[in-house]
Amino acid sequence: MRRVVVTGLGMVSPLGADVETSWKNILASKSGATRITRFDPTDYACQIACEVKAPDHEWGFDPAKRIDHKIQRQVDPFIIYGLDAAGQALEDAGLTDASEEERYRIGVSIGSGIGGLPGIEKESLVLAEKGPRRVSPHFVHGRLINLISGQVSIRYGLMGPNHAVVTACSTGAHSIGDAARMIIMDDADVMVAGGAESALCPLGIAGFAQARALSTQFNDQPERASRPYDKARDGFVMGEGAGVVVLEEYERAKKRGAKIYAELIGYGMSGDAYHVTAPHPEGAGGYRAMEVAMKRSGLSLSDIDYINAHGTSTPMGDELELGAVRRLFGNAIGDLSMSSTKSAIGHLLGGAGAVEAIFCILALRDQIVPPTLNLEDPSEGTAGVDLVPLVAKERSVKAVLNNSFGFGGTNASLIMKAV
Amino acid sequence: MSETADRVKKIVVEHLGVEAEKVTEDASFIDDLGADSLDIVELVMAFEEEFGVEIPDDAAEKITTVRDAITYIDSNKA
Repeated sequence: MRRVVVTGLGMVSPLGADVETSWKNILASKSGATRITRFDPTDYACQIACEVKAPDHEWGFDPAKRIDHKIQRQVDPFIIYGLDAAGQALEDAGLTDASEEERYRIGVSIGSGIGGLPGIEKESLVLAEKGPRRVSPHFVHGRLINLISGQVSIRYGLMGPNHAVVTACSTGAHSIGDAARMIIMDDADVMVAGGAESALCPLGIAGFAQARALSTQFNDQPERASRPYDKARDGFVMGEGAGVVVLEEYERAKKRGAKIYAELIGYGMSGDAYHVTAPHPEGAGGYRAMEVAMKRSGLSLSDIDYINAHGTSTPMGDELELGAVRRLFGNAIGDLSMSSTKSAIGHLLGGAGAVEAIFCILALRDQIVPPTLNLEDPSEGTAGVDLVPLVAKERSVKAVLNNSFGFGGTNASLIMKAV
Repeated sequence: MSETADRVKKIVVEHLGVEAEKVTEDASFIDDLGADSLDIVELVMAFEEEFGVEIPDDAAEKITTVRDAITYIDSNKA
């Protein structure tokens, strides 16, 4: 079977406009959470978010670095983040000037959970106030989820499979897992894969708050709001950004002397068949996704050193996931570390799985695992598990597992190891 | 240069992200300024907003250069 390795990384996050800055800030226990600045959140139950910072911020993002002025004006932020992160990943992999023949075998699979909600909200107001002749001609293709993959393909001339996953908060993980299979099945030799999101607009915050998913008790202390596994947690903090990896067939990567970060060796998927927003009460879907990924990987349970948890900081979800990990790993759970980087960057929804897969890869590279911020008073059910509270931890990391679970009861797990 | 011309050129620069000196009155939106057909729809909308004129589709189709836009606006604005 064709093997799939990771040869490039790209990221735009609330803690940095690139991979290394985001990682450095994660390891330094910094938080990306602030009071919302995109709009006045005064009347909202949740008034905080992890926004990607403006260019003048210490770790701000400047869209002009890789994206034409005209495209910036026409598309929603999730496309800008995805396109920039894809550019970073291709630059990192050294594949920005591939030959035409190579480019027929390079595809793109970058998804999003929600797509261009800020633009949909804004343009619907234009329609209501000014009528149909004032709706932008770029409205549709500037909001569609598959237009990250489309824009990346156009910008870099990539003519292989062009795809986009939409599975809510599992999107990033499914995108990477599915793209790896396209390489395994010989549809492509290289896939640019990941997820992006920016639903940080009045409608997005109001909608998730009405679904009772967001933290509302820490509006005056934004940095303390995302606290997975802590007793005081009361919902997730919305993030935004993008994570993109370059996946490459192993022999090709080896032959061209590419830098190989990790090998993707396991991918598992499942459906909860239970409820649209609540996780299965025994975490059965998450359990099966991890179980299938483990089986595919050929590893023993004791080989997994680090789990990047879905761990969104919602009262129900965190412990159910931990329960599923406990049942699957048994005694092996005592030797692994498990943390939630959502404590630092919030929940990137469709971008989460991809950004977190990158943190897993960097844990493999640097032999250090990122912390779970604000884990001051752990829930009862967490005893005996190293949740990496408050500060990063140096340790041996040879294999990693990343979990993502989404609305609709859709679950994905990825397993990677060093090559 | 007329006031209409200044305002038209400013809109073109902002929407197409081109350098101001390229936006001459002879410049063709598509051939010289890198616009596509949807960009022209957007430009026409912006002209309508800016000048309070209505530019029907059949008239918009004939606007291919900066000068065409200025001429149409000057002869139709209130």
